Amino acid sequence: MKETRNWTWHIVAGAFIFVFLGLHMIVMHLDDVVGLFTSGVGATDWESVLGRSRMSFFAVTYVLLLGAALYHGLFGLRSILFESNVGRAWQKAINVLFWLGGLCLFAVGVFQAVTTFLHANAAVG
Amino acid sequence: MSETRILEVVYRVRRFHPEKDEKPYWQEYTIQVEKGATVLDGLHRIRETTDPTLSYRYSCRMGVCGSCGMLISGKPRLACNTQIEEVLIQGNLVTVAPLPNFDVVKDLVPDLAPLFEKHRAVRPHILREGDALDPEPGTEWLQTPQELDRYVQFTYCIRCGLCMVACPTFATDPEYLGPMPLAQAYRYIADSRDGGFETRREIAGTAHGAYRCHYAGECSNVCPKGVDPARAIQLLKREFVLSYLKVIRHRGKASRSEGPIAGAERKAGVPEAPAYTIEQKPLT
Ligand code: SF4
Ligand code: FES
Repeated sequence: MKETRNWTWHIVAGAFIFVFLGLHMIVMHLDDVVGLFTSGVGATDWESVLGRSRMSFFAVTYVLLLGAALYHGLFGLRSILFESNVGRAWQKAINVLFWLGGLCLFAVGVFQAVTTFLHANAAVG
Repeated sequence: MSETRILEVVYRVRRFHPEKDEKPYWQEYTIQVEKGATVLDGLHRIRETTDPTLSYRYSCRMGVCGSCGMLISGKPRLACNTQIEEVLIQGNLVTVAPLPNFDVVKDLVPDLAPLFEKHRAVRPHILREGDALDPEPGTEWLQTPQELDRYVQFTYCIRCGLCMVACPTFATDPEYLGPMPLAQAYRYIADSRDGGFETRREIAGTAHGAYRCHYAGECSNVCPKGVDPARAIQLLKREFVLSYLKVIRHRGKASRSEGPIAGAERKAGVPEAPAYTIEQKPLT
């Protein structure tokens, strides 16, 4: 059951990444064509960046995308390591290390997303 | 009258006697066989005419028992089901080696005990908790043709182990359950008479179970019975995931008929089943 849970979320995270990375690509690289969330200028222009940073939609999706990418990537790496037939003790160590490392990276990313959102809104306010 | 065409072929056979040889070696035999002869026929010819010490395993000679699996001209095949002419390389050469990924008992005889242990581990039979396995005499478990279609393809497996040999994951992870046992786990999970989903998920829904499959698909390529174990494994993963997400619920659903099926008639020539010789009791 544990492995079914882990694998299911690996797939769900993959699907989430596919959708939101797709959105990122459209916003950042098809700005000339689609012009989504670009405030009428280039996607990397100051107005566009500030505009997106003020939107809670982006703050939330950044956090979710970060969580999904970390989970998907670290689970994939864990699978590769496990497939080199490491012993039970190593498997446990890898699990603990990856959970701790993943949570630390997630915390840094969330801090970044939240402060950006707050500062962007304060700058306008 | 048509003449029987005779072929002269060279068999390059992998020999190994664990008690005598330090390591395996190749031995060549030149034999004459008739057109249409199978690789197994060629091995019989060698034993009968040249070398009675050559060991290999076979039984039915018709692709049913699954005992004659070998690595023939580099690919896992059934020796009784493969014509020599189909596998000639470099003109008239056939190479024959035991199935890899298993220990060798002698020459072309692999030790398939791990295969059968893994098969046994997935509980390859109908499980019905707190219920009789067999319905009462005169009744039967009801199952629609559509329910039968869900798993019938996977019942054609003859446990030959060719899929296990073709699988790159099994080659690198001896703990991996492998295509045959996983396909059989799905065969029973998909059977509407079965109630052993949870039990099999504990065994097959693990890091060395269904999730270890990377879908190389070679198992299905080499399967001589069209079982398509790669597909079964993907369906198995789907069942596990959908059940975890509570999209589907599993339990033995098939109910027992009240009596003989109304309107059903015995086909001409089909004999009555013999009467039970022991008293039938529900399992407790
Ligand atoms: S799935 Fe096919 S190849 Fe594998 S054991 Fe069954 S019959 Fe043989
Ligand atoms: S001898 Fe039975 S399958 Fe080949």
